[in-house]
Amino acid sequence: MTWRVHVRILPRAGLLDPQGQAVEHALAALRFPEASNVHVGKAIALDVAAPSAAEAEARVRTMCDRLLANPVTEDFEIAVEAGNAG
Amino acid sequence: MMRVAVVRFPGSNCEPEACRAIERAGGEAFYVWHRDSSLQGAEAVLLPGGFSYGDYLRSGAIARFSPIMDAIRQHAAAGGPVLGICNGFQILCEAGLLPGALVRNAALKYLSRPVDVRIERTDTPFTSAYAADELIRIPIGHGDGRYVASEAVLDELERNRRVVLRYAGSPGTDFPANPNGSLRDIAGVCSAEGNVVGMMPHPERLADPVLGSDAGHRVFVSLVSSGSLTPDS
Repeated sequence: MTWRVHVRILPRAGLLDPQGQAVEHALAALRFPEASNVHVGKAIALDVAAPSAAEAEARVRTMCDRLLANPVTEDFEIAVEAGNAG
Repeated sequence: MMRVAVVRFPGSNCEPEACRAIERAGGEAFYVWHRDSSLQGAEAVLLPGGFSYGDYLRSGAIARFSPIMDAIRQHAAAGGPVLGICNGFQILCEAGLLPGALVRNAALKYLSRPVDVRIERTDTPFTSAYAADELIRIPIGHGDGRYVASEAVLDELERNRRVVLRYAGSPGTDFPANPNGSLRDIAGVCSAEGNVVGMMPHPERLADPVLGSDAGHRVFVSLVSSGSLTPDS
């Protein structure tokens, strides 16, 4: 099975996020006062061959620990879409 | 004569300046390609600045897996001197050879300017030729220079005198005390044993009096004369 996996990476909570602040200020300037707590991160999408969704997620978690995210500065979430056979 | 390997990655910069600075201090410098696996008998290693792999993903995140990094890890574990300048500092942090990380400057701008830094530790292979608490003015050139680490790590660094360089600012100038928002004004740190040092400023860019100052020269003088200072290995 091949699984489409999405990794969402955001600056670690509590760490200064100047990009998020800049975007928040710009939204305020555009009269979106209802927007707050803005953070800018990155999204990574990949196909993963694995026998189950749980194993695909476990592999991607290892990828995050080793390369995709920096544990000092970033938090991440993994979402696995329905898989395709073959 | 101290033989120093200067590691080249795709996107390195200032590596000729680093070689010239080492040679001017009386050492011998040669390039090692990042895909090599041997340091060719070097007694010290310098990771230069630049934008290895285009800073893709995170600065230094991909360079840390280059084949030469295994040899550098072994060299460092044996007590050999390793200096990371700018992108080299980022790579050493990503590789886990130094604690913490370097993220986007607080003002979101690339900074290319002189800064004043205080030499807070002189018993390293790269700072022994400076006086304790000496202020020097050397350039920075980075977009991702804000040093961050957990409070526990920062406290450990302070307690064990592992902050080597700190942004100091200068009365009477417009030099920012802290140009990039680094926690505790940290500009450079070292490993627990002191032999691995990372710094964001570029001493190699100001190491010859023809440029108007050679404030960075003694980083390389320190290294070339560090044979007797190399930690036990």
